[in-house]
Amino acid sequence: MSHAPVRAAIVATGQTDHGRRFDASLAEIAREAIDRCLDSRGLTLEDIDAVIAGNMEMFEGIYLVEQLSVGALGALGKPLYKLNTGGTVGASVALACYHMVASGRYRRVLGVGFQKQSEGSTQAAITTVGDPIWERAVMAGAIGNFASMASTYIAESGVTQEQAAKVAVKARRNACLNPHAHLKMPDVTVEDVLASDMLAYPIHLLDMCPASDGAAAIVMAAEDLAGDLADRPAWVHAVATAHDQQYMGDSPKRLAVMRSLQAASRKAYALAGIEDPLRDFDVAEVYEPATYAELAMCENLGFCPMGGGGKLIDDGVTLIDGPLPVNPSGGVLSTNPVGATAMIRVAEAAMQVMGEAGEHQIPDVKRALATGYGGNAWTDVMILSAERPK
Amino acid sequence: MNAREAEAFNREQAIRIEQQITLRYSFAAGRHATRFFTALRDEGKILATRDAAGNVMVPPRPVCGLSGLPMDEWVEVGPDGVLAGCTIVYVPFIDPMTGAQRPVPYGFGLVRFDGADTSIYHLLDATDPAQIGVGKRVRAVFRPREERTGSLADIRHFTVVED
Repeated sequence: MSHAPVRAAIVATGQTDHGRRFDASLAEIAREAIDRCLDSRGLTLEDIDAVIAGNMEMFEGIYLVEQLSVGALGALGKPLYKLNTGGTVGASVALACYHMVASGRYRRVLGVGFQKQSEGSTQAAITTVGDPIWERAVMAGAIGNFASMASTYIAESGVTQEQAAKVAVKARRNACLNPHAHLKMPDVTVEDVLASDMLAYPIHLLDMCPASDGAAAIVMAAEDLAGDLADRPAWVHAVATAHDQQYMGDSPKRLAVMRSLQAASRKAYALAGIEDPLRDFDVAEVYEPATYAELAMCENLGFCPMGGGGKLIDDGVTLIDGPLPVNPSGGVLSTNPVGATAMIRVAEAAMQVMGEAGEHQIPDVKRALATGYGGNAWTDVMILSAERPK
Repeated sequence: MNAREAEAFNREQAIRIEQQITLRYSFAAGRHATRFFTALRDEGKILATRDAAGNVMVPPRPVCGLSGLPMDEWVEVGPDGVLAGCTIVYVPFIDPMTGAQRPVPYGFGLVRFDGADTSIYHLLDATDPAQIGVGKRVRAVFRPREERTGSLADIRHFTVVED
C-alpha cells in the first residue's frame, strides 16, 4: 500500500546575527532564530505540529541538548526529534522536516539548527569525531584534514593558491551584504589572503571558515497551507543524502573526487529534472568549510568540467553578479556555527527563492540548490523552486 | 539581539560559567584491530583485509562498504606506500593521546600502502618539508620494539624514500 507524498514548501526562515554571542545561552540563541522565523509570517508556536532540532553536541559538551532547550524550542507536548549528523546536521534537519510533511502526518514542521562554538574547544570537539581506535592517535584536526585534501585536489586539478584566494575574497565581500554574517571584510584582497598566516600548507588563515555562534530555523508546510503562509513559497523539488565509507582514507582522491556529493546531487537532479546545473540553477548555497572545498564542490556538482574549478572562479561565474552565484550569503567561509551551518544554506536558498534575501538577493531566482557537508564527506542536497511541483 | 547590541552585552554585562570536564574512556579495539595491532607491535607488519571482489582495505574491517562482501581474507601490505595527500601543519593542535600540544611544524598526510586500495592518515617526517608531496613514495618508521604498545602510534611516522 502506498500513497503519493504530500508536496511541501519552506514558507518561513529566521537567523540570528551570527558571531561571538556571549549575550545568549545555547537555548536562547535557538529561540532567537525561531522567533525571527515565526514572526516573519505572524506565526506562533501553536501553529507548529512538530519540531526537529540539530546540534553537534561535542562543541558545547552538552548531551541531550533537546532537554535544556525543549521550552525554547516550543516543543512541549509535541513530537521533538534531535539530530546530529555532523556538519550536515542543519540540512539533515531540513530534509527530515520535508519527510515529515511529505508523509502527510504533519502539516507544519519547525526545523532549527544551533551551535555556540565559543563555549567549548573546537579542536577537542573535532577530536571526538575521529575513530578512537584508528584515527585519534594521528589526527591533525579539521585544518590538517582539509590541507591534506587540498593537496590531493591541487595535484588532480592544478588549481592554484591564487584561485582559492579568490573564493575567500568573494565570500568575505558577499558577507558584507548579509546582516547575519559573522566575518565581513569589504576591502580584503587576494594578496591579503595569501599573506595571512599559513595554518597548514596550502591552507592560509583566510582560506578557512571561522568558529561562530548562531542559529537558523525554517518552517516546512504542506501544499494546501504553503500558499497562505508565504506569497512565494520555496517548494521542495528534491532531497537526497549520501555517505562515503567510514574512514578518512577510504575515498581514493579526497576532495578532488567527492563520491557522496556526486551521488546525492545526481539523484536530486534526476528527481527535479535538472539537466544542466549551470543553466538550470539561479543560485547555489554550498557547504564550503575551506576555499578549495568550494572549487572542488562546484566541479563535483557539475557546474564545470572536473578540474575546471579554478577557471570557474577566474571567469567570475560564481560571483554574486555572475551567471551562477555561489554563496551570495558569504557562505561557511564567513559564518560557521556548525550545527546551524547547513540549515543556513537551506534557509538562504529558500530566501533567494522567496525573494527575501535583501541586499544579497539574486534577481528573479526560480531554482536554488543547497548542500550540506560533513563527516567523512557525507552529503545532503536540497533543490528548491518557486514553482509548485507537478 | 542584533549584532551591535550583542557586542555591547558581550563587553559590558555577560557572565560566563567556566567548567573543565575530564572524561576517561577505555575502548575495546575489537577482533580486527587487535589482530592488526598485534602484528604491528610484534612483527612490524601491516595487515589488511580482502574480499572476494579483490578490494584490499586498511584499516581491516568485517565488511567491504563498496561490494557489501565479507572481508574475511587477511593479507600483508606495505610497509612502503605512496602519499595520496599531505601537508605541513603550522597551527597548534592538542595531541589527543597525551593532552599536550604537538610540536609544530609537523608533516601529516594520507598513506596508501603498496597493495591496498585505501589510505590511512599518519604523521610525516618533515625534516625536509620540500621532499613531501602528493605521489611521493614513503616508508613506515617503526618505534623500537620495546616502546610499541599496539597502536597506530607504534609507527613513529612515515619518511619519504627514493623511487
